[in-house]
Amino acid sequence: MGESLLPAPPASPETAKFVAAAREGRFLIRRCTVCAKPHWYPRAICPFCGGETQWEEATGRGELYAFSTLMRADPPYTLAYVTLAEGPTMMTNIVDADPAALAIGQPVRIVWRAAEDGTPVPCFTPADQPT
Amino acid sequence: MADAYIVGAYELPYRKAPDKSVAQMHGEAALGALADAGLTLADVDGYFCAGDATGLGPVSMADYLNLRLRHLDSTEIGGSSYVAHVAHAAEAIRAGKCDVALITLAGRPRQGQKGGLPFPGPEGAWEIPFRPVTANVYAMAAQRHMHEFGTTSEQLAWIKVAASEHAQHNPHAMLPRPVTVEEVLASPIIASPLHMLDCCVVSDGGGALVVARPEIAHGLSRPRVAVKGAGESYKGQNGGAIDITWSAGRMSGATAFAEAGITPADIKYASIYDSFTITVLITLEDLGFCARGRGGAFVADGNLISGVGALPFNTDGGGLCNNHPANRGGMTKVIEAVRQLRSEAHPAVQVPSCDLALVHGTGGFLASRHGSATLILERE
Repeated sequence: MGESLLPAPPASPETAKFVAAAREGRFLIRRCTVCAKPHWYPRAICPFCGGETQWEEATGRGELYAFSTLMRADPPYTLAYVTLAEGPTMMTNIVDADPAALAIGQPVRIVWRAAEDGTPVPCFTPADQPT
Repeated sequence: MADAYIVGAYELPYRKAPDKSVAQMHGEAALGALADAGLTLADVDGYFCAGDATGLGPVSMADYLNLRLRHLDSTEIGGSSYVAHVAHAAEAIRAGKCDVALITLAGRPRQGQKGGLPFPGPEGAWEIPFRPVTANVYAMAAQRHMHEFGTTSEQLAWIKVAASEHAQHNPHAMLPRPVTVEEVLASPIIASPLHMLDCCVVSDGGGALVVARPEIAHGLSRPRVAVKGAGESYKGQNGGAIDITWSAGRMSGATAFAEAGITPADIKYASIYDSFTITVLITLEDLGFCARGRGGAFVADGNLISGVGALPFNTDGGGLCNNHPANRGGMTKVIEAVRQLRSEAHPAVQVPSCDLALVHGTGGFLASRHGSATLILERE
């Protein structure tokens, strides 16, 4: 089953460092310098306390929270929420996997995919999938 | 006496509009609702519309109709906007900002008219690449609800069955044929676990409402529908600490019931936004019609069918079978509730002694971020 190129993420001052790190294969999340909580999607202002936040490198590991395969798309693709090992849950796509074999709670790991403009985008695949 | 009344309601009868402009359709809906009320464009001094109105907020449409206004509001919370507009109109009237408020909606998605946001939100960079198209976002809520509570596709199918039983009596419905649970389950999967028949229709069309101050409403000949309670809210991703098994209806419903001073048991008829079957099921839990996680059992076996079950819903066939103009279902939800409270629904689906009705809108995306508006309406 082939994959389509992903739509490019709109660039903004709040995404630049994430994209730069992604180009080096590093996955960043943001954590509050005041309340110490990590969050997703990354933003300059902590969504829990309003504090200042900073980037940190994350493990890129997590588990499937929910997913849906859009069968009417050609080719079909799987939208998902993945709960990161660090805590927050993020929207993503599950790639290199048989959708019928996926299950909520399944361990997944990050795998980068290039969007149509070349920007690396964080997707996930089952953790037992060979690298 | 209430602070404001819905005195006019009109739904465009057509579901396909190849030869009309969106502004023209807004205008036709406006004239229909004003005629229903016994008023004219010259009586309107407050105007409300949302993102389906083309141009600059409410200004372009107001100029098209050449309205003379002292109050404008273009609150945009997706398909739930028009439910909120009724509440905002009542608030504006109460505050003395206007006397006669006109609310319009129209669109032509079947003609290739694109919806969506004019500019990406702050979440855009983190979501657009993953192609959340609507069906797959709602589908994740369905999957997670099934996972946590044992909800089944059969139970969701009952919601479509109930809507289709009602739609057979609506000559304008896009899908007027009653369907069975088996037919819903046999329809193709669109976005797992949702089937094609778990999804609403795509239709051109529109509608309009007129809300007026009591002194004006009492001079009109139509039955008066009072705005008794209203609530609104939104729900997002909570910084990544998400739970997609419930909606903002929990907050907007609580506000509306508190303001009305009644409980779900008092409601005779409910218009529940039905973009997908799962939207209805989760909303019923959030509004308190059943306990959390029990929505599946509540909707099964025809409990939403008028004359059969405990809570008649969407007796026009709803978005699931009748009409989802501009991909925004809030307007038609209010209109059918007004029909019920006036005893003007089709006799086959009219709820006897219908004096209290609830309207609920869910706008946007159930499992990522959505707006929510609840109205409690009473026949005076």
